Amino acid sequence: MYALAKCSLPRRVVGLLSPANAIHGTTTRSRLLSTLAILEQRDGQLNQGSLNAFAAAKQLGGTVHGFVAGSNVSAAAQEAAKVEGVDQVIKVDSSAYEKGLPETYAPLLVENIKKGKYTHVVAGHTAFGKNLLPRVAALLDCQQISDITAIENDKTFVRPIYAGNAIATVESSDSVKVITIRGTAFAAVTPGSGSAAVVDGVDPKADTSAEWVSEDLAKSDRPDLGTASKVVSGGRGLKSKDDFDRVMLPLADALGAAVGASRAAVDSGYAENSLQVGQTGKVVAPELYMAVGISGAIQHLAGMKDSKVIAAINKDADAPIFQVADVGLVGDLFEKVPELTEKLKSS
Amino acid sequence: MSALRILVPVKRVIDYAVKPRVNKAQTAVETAGVKHSMNPFDELSVEESVRIREKKRAPGGVEDICAISAGPAKAQDILRTAMAMGADRAIHVDVKEGDDLEPLAVAKLLKKAAEEQKSNLVILGKQSIDDDANQTGQMLAGLLGWPQATQASKIEFGEGDSVSVTKEVDGGVETIRAKLPMIITTDLRLNEPRYASLPNIMKAKKKKLDKKTLKDFGLENEKRLKVLKVSEPAPRQGGGKVEDVDGLISKLKELGAL
Repeated sequence: MYALAKCSLPRRVVGLLSPANAIHGTTTRSRLLSTLAILEQRDGQLNQGSLNAFAAAKQLGGTVHGFVAGSNVSAAAQEAAKVEGVDQVIKVDSSAYEKGLPETYAPLLVENIKKGKYTHVVAGHTAFGKNLLPRVAALLDCQQISDITAIENDKTFVRPIYAGNAIATVESSDSVKVITIRGTAFAAVTPGSGSAAVVDGVDPKADTSAEWVSEDLAKSDRPDLGTASKVVSGGRGLKSKDDFDRVMLPLADALGAAVGASRAAVDSGYAENSLQVGQTGKVVAPELYMAVGISGAIQHLAGMKDSKVIAAINKDADAPIFQVADVGLVGDLFEKVPELTEKLKSS
Repeated sequence: MSALRILVPVKRVIDYAVKPRVNKAQTAVETAGVKHSMNPFDELSVEESVRIREKKRAPGGVEDICAISAGPAKAQDILRTAMAMGADRAIHVDVKEGDDLEPLAVAKLLKKAAEEQKSNLVILGKQSIDDDANQTGQMLAGLLGWPQATQASKIEFGEGDSVSVTKEVDGGVETIRAKLPMIITTDLRLNEPRYASLPNIMKAKKKKLDKKTLKDFGLENEKRLKVLKVSEPAPRQGGGKVEDVDGLISKLKELGAL
């Protein structure tokens, strides 16, 4: 409690002075900023990808607090507290928040945001963040800014619209900026030797109007699609689920890559829904993206065109994917991919 | 179980197959003379509502399916489409061209509409393919204080107003259960929308379409975000093709990707 008082007191003092200080420009303003980064956890394990919210929070300037809630989140909170530049981590230990149901989690966040007088709230544009943050924004009467890829200043943000076919720069006039970030646009943050205070947040114990029933998550030993440094992705050209598994999985293993798929491959049942890369699936930006049997529709490009290096293997030399690929190989994927896999293994 | 009174918000957007172009002044995307249609995720909402009635999935039956859209006069075209697909009636909230509402404003409008229409289920698309915000359904649920199920791939009705929804989440699916009234947003795998048949298109012309304005709901178009600039994304240059697998490997090594 001491740490909490120590942190919140100076901010309140500064807050009182703010109208007079507004004319002093950005250095003064940056001191008034305080950002709450919402972290995701599962079974007490921090989702490492959600630490990217800290990267965005640090870019905003001002104080940076983290927030984590669920059953037994002390260890996760301690881990988040090790990230350099983080001033405080707020944890709420309660099984009511374990599954992140927005009906209870949103009122919880609203209480903590109001108490901390945060100017910015940041979460990843993940299934969790997308489900939760707009509800929080509405309760705070703020217009959320979704899936931002860059921060220009404390109220100006850049985000792709029209499936990445246009880039909008928007300025928010809300007193609290509620933001979701595109994880791949903000460099990964890892716990270091920081030592932020871990404090208990307020728990409004809101009534729940929804219950969690079950989940069915794909189990995989391969890297997580959203954060992998290499991704191999298959499309309709794979022809069947058996062929998809036979051709793509060994290539992924030879490269140490995550497996992705186009919407066509997912709709045809060749791959799990959760592997879909595109506007309506995951957005990835790995070091290497290898598109196999994917034509390159705009909905797919929206999900991968920020990859550092794009390679494509397709038998149609006119496929649009070749217009964005750094290196393209025209040929039958059923011959070329196994050959590539063998050569990668033996090198 | 209560009979369902379903509200289905639909949005008129640039057709998904059209590649949008940024205008010369870099203030917005060019919309004049560009083909528009119903947001694909909203087609799923309409389809699901109609299927719930046709397959008698809800124990209490479906009393009413009302489509609603806020936008210019042309938004009436997509409301007619929704009615041709099976919606009973529609409400058009006139907002002048280029004066688009932000998701929070739409959520406020839908809150009033849901209360007025005595809706107990609102089915929205998970996002519109123009501003890609993915917010309106969640905001509406927050404003109404109703439970929400986003990115639904399966909806089942049980006894005592309970609804189970399977949702698409990162890494798989999750099932939640809540009671009416509630908000559901649709994901691609929920269903396959039907095409409106010609006889149904003709019938839809006779269905009721109420015309309203934001003022009728006691609202005005309050903007919280100012668009400073809209630009084209940095173009990506293809790097050419290689002859064989060895060429591919050596090029990838040269680019530092292997």
